[in-house]
Amino acid sequence: MKTVIKLNVNNVEHELFVPLHKTLLEVIREDLGLTGTKHGCELGECGACTVLVDGVPLLSCITMPVDVQGKKILTIEGMGSMSKPHPLQTSFTELGAAQCGYCTPGMLLTSKALLDKKAAPSRDEIKAALSGNICRCTGYLKIFDAVELAARRMHDHDCCGAGGSACHGGEVPA
Amino acid sequence: MKENFQVIGKSHPRVEGMSKATGTAQYTADISFPNMLFCKLLRSPHAHARIISIDSRAVQAHPGVVDIMTGTELTKSFGVLPVSKDEHALAYDKVRYVGDPLAAVVAVDEATAEAALALFKVEYEILPSFMSVEEALQPTEDPIHTYTRRGNISKEVNLEFGDVESGFAQADHIREDLFYYGASTHMAMEEHATIATTDDQGYLTVYSSTQTPHYLHKAMADVLGKPAAHIRIIAPTLGGGFGGKSEPFSHELVVAYLACKTGRTIKYVATREEVFYIHRGRHAVLMRLKTGVRKDGTITAMQYTNFVDGGGHASFGVATLFYTGIMATTTYKIPHYKFDGVRMFTNKPPAGPKRGHGTPQPRFALELQLDKIAEELGMSPIDLRMVNIVSPNSITANHLRITSCAIAECIRRVDSASGFSEKRSSLPPGKGIGFAMSSYLCGAGLPLYHNPLDHSQVMVRIDRSGGVTVYTGSTDIGQGSRSIHALLVAEILGLQQEDIFTISADTALTPVDLGSYSSRVTFMSGNAAIKAARELRGFIAEAVAKKLETPLKDIIFHNGQVMDRNNPGKTVTFPEACTLAEDHAGPLVTVGGYKPPELAGPFKGSGVGISPAYSYSAAVIQVDCDAETGLVTVEKVWIAHDIGRVLSLENALGQIHGSVYMGLGEALMEEQVTRGILLKAPSVLDYKTPTSLDMPPVESIFVEEPDAAGPFGAKEMGQGPILSVMPALVNAIHNALGVRIDELPATPEKILKALEDKAKGGSGRYGKTTEPSFQFSKPRKVARPWDSPYGEQEPYVKWQPEQSEVA
Repeated sequence: MKTVIKLNVNNVEHELFVPLHKTLLEVIREDLGLTGTKHGCELGECGACTVLVDGVPLLSCITMPVDVQGKKILTIEGMGSMSKPHPLQTSFTELGAAQCGYCTPGMLLTSKALLDKKAAPSRDEIKAALSGNICRCTGYLKIFDAVELAARRMHDHDCCGAGGSACHGGEVPA
Repeated sequence: MKENFQVIGKSHPRVEGMSKATGTAQYTADISFPNMLFCKLLRSPHAHARIISIDSRAVQAHPGVVDIMTGTELTKSFGVLPVSKDEHALAYDKVRYVGDPLAAVVAVDEATAEAALALFKVEYEILPSFMSVEEALQPTEDPIHTYTRRGNISKEVNLEFGDVESGFAQADHIREDLFYYGASTHMAMEEHATIATTDDQGYLTVYSSTQTPHYLHKAMADVLGKPAAHIRIIAPTLGGGFGGKSEPFSHELVVAYLACKTGRTIKYVATREEVFYIHRGRHAVLMRLKTGVRKDGTITAMQYTNFVDGGGHASFGVATLFYTGIMATTTYKIPHYKFDGVRMFTNKPPAGPKRGHGTPQPRFALELQLDKIAEELGMSPIDLRMVNIVSPNSITANHLRITSCAIAECIRRVDSASGFSEKRSSLPPGKGIGFAMSSYLCGAGLPLYHNPLDHSQVMVRIDRSGGVTVYTGSTDIGQGSRSIHALLVAEILGLQQEDIFTISADTALTPVDLGSYSSRVTFMSGNAAIKAARELRGFIAEAVAKKLETPLKDIIFHNGQVMDRNNPGKTVTFPEACTLAEDHAGPLVTVGGYKPPELAGPFKGSGVGISPAYSYSAAVIQVDCDAETGLVTVEKVWIAHDIGRVLSLENALGQIHGSVYMGLGEALMEEQVTRGILLKAPSVLDYKTPTSLDMPPVESIFVEEPDAAGPFGAKEMGQGPILSVMPALVNAIHNALGVRIDELPATPEKILKALEDKAKGGSGRYGKTTEPSFQFSKPRKVARPWDSPYGEQEPYVKWQPEQSEVA
């Protein structure tokens, strides 16, 4: 059975006619063509499919689209771009925090949610925030470093030169 | 000699780094084509069964199903090693493990294909299954495979170098232990995926998550019976490999076959559960190790015996078995050495190569036993190692040629950084510190199929605007090989890493490379890239020297300029220089090749373990163990790696961190085991891996003693650093609690049992106490190099910079 759903993804309103059983992950990847969101287990265990829903990290593989209608969904494509990356995307790239890169979109969105809530988290807070995102390449250490580096840059506005005004960190303003 | 590098040794972002951080990197599963179909595989629910019949009428009648396939349609066998081609695109005679694929369905979408799978009616005759090495060793009328003609024996190896009995006779002290190393799996984050399509010439193009496009290309041409020129294999961005994607797979052949048959584009993406059953991970190994030493700790002889649980196919298993028995000698001088090993087929998902390939298991045994011997001799674990370590430019009893070797320096550095020598007797109860060391190859000395050709070729091409493109057949599986190629070429041409465009892993575009396995890419493909770039540099330098009327020897490439080193005013830009060179020498395209030297010893089996160079590692791990719960908290890891030369700093650190992480997972929690005939943990949740909360800080120490044959002196770093981690961790548990855990993973349950045993007055050991009864064949006796004229060694040459490149 199909149903009409309305999703706001990366500040774009979509009206879709999709089978009811389709997960948010499947809709994002297959119907919207946003393949930056990865599937690693499709059981809510690995964190690769993490998206932000109203700023909160959510596992899109176990989320039903009907439940997130009317909310703001952010995927990795909405976090920044090659030409205007979020400071986290820059620091992940610079420090080699993405090796194979498959867990990276989920790691980045989870990190963004953390930094949006807390500008200068401790390493323990970073570790706790990322504990639901599995990475098999990096041993996590460069990821922690990259989150800390981005936090420092965002605090100092090295990233955007905003000089005191709110740092958007590359995010598309609402 | 001043080593004044422009880009080598510095921090560089990956060439494709930002594409991964922005989600634009395209992995195989991300790729779609118009009008694409989806494939699903029917997998066996039985561990061992004969296929009597497959009724697919209901499947074919199912709306949305386009085609189906069963094993009898494609019966040519394949397997990554030519000696053990025991796989088929789909099983048609029998199934050999739960998860063995036997039928395929292609439908308009994934859900339809999935639903249609349930409509296959398969009649099986269930056969007795062999779920352990012990069971597999029992005499049987119905072995898993028949081609080896020896029951369920996949391979047996028996080699003796020197005479172990005379070696043991010279020992003052002999120790013998049983060790068990449990199986684990890669669990790369990207699930295996393949897309097969037809190009505008009507030829087959296959996108697949493979570490070895070349071997897949060969297997596909062979099994499908098509000319290789009509098949193109592309490995898109890979989401990790660790050895798990380094051989041709059933799904790749099925999808390619069905794409040809239907004329449609077909996609297959494994589910996470399927990936666990595809497996090819670490072999479980039961080991007996016997070592004789003199009072001063000098090893006089070593005898190593092991039983290897292979699962349902050979995979790389013949090589794995050899690897378990040959690498002890690359770290320690062992004058007499004997190895008996047997790999058994069992009705489990096939084991194969995982980071370290066959060497972590014996390394675990060896480093634990040396710790015990040191204790018995009243020596420090480090002194015992120092007495026995191999020397640079030496040869081992089993004919492995050692060139550069900085293990002594690794040991000293890691000891002093960690304070191991002081801490081992001074930490409070519950805290402990452990040491271990290891060695690994920089690429296998022989290809997987016999041929006399280059192992790697790299093409470098410069366009009319001075744009440089590197074409390499190697797959960037996440280890950063594309960036390393760009870096090496940039260094030689006086450019930056980001100036180089890279194309990799496409059999139609890139020259041959054997694949991303055995830590061979930086060393072998890197050397090929250097050769190609140096030839181009030569053309350009000649043309510029002529133009600037400067002696050729004075031309240098620096910061995008080609100039006279003595006269900075005489300079042309790199693009201008390329125009001059094209005018002077013709098209600016070169291909460099690399083939390792011929190193195989004079005996059968000598092809495994040889390598143009060996890396060395030493690790110290500090733990805090809770004697109430058996929980181990890793407080810190220090690791020193003899890398030869750091090429790209962040990349090198990433490989160390990743190795330490994966090693801790294997040491503490990761277990790929069966419960009945099923896997116990075929999911990311149940298969426990370390999370961000479990990862300790790591202090990485690079020991840079350039290897004469390495690219700018570099050696491998992707696998070597894992090997010391597992034994150092378990030695640390002993230092903390006084118990010996002779079995991995060292779970809290095992630690508690060992503590219980100790409390009752026992030895405080947890581990196997029995081994299967098996009569090993008589060993092939091989004379050691120094017993015979074999040992002619080339003089050791130190690494030298290329004179023309010294700025």
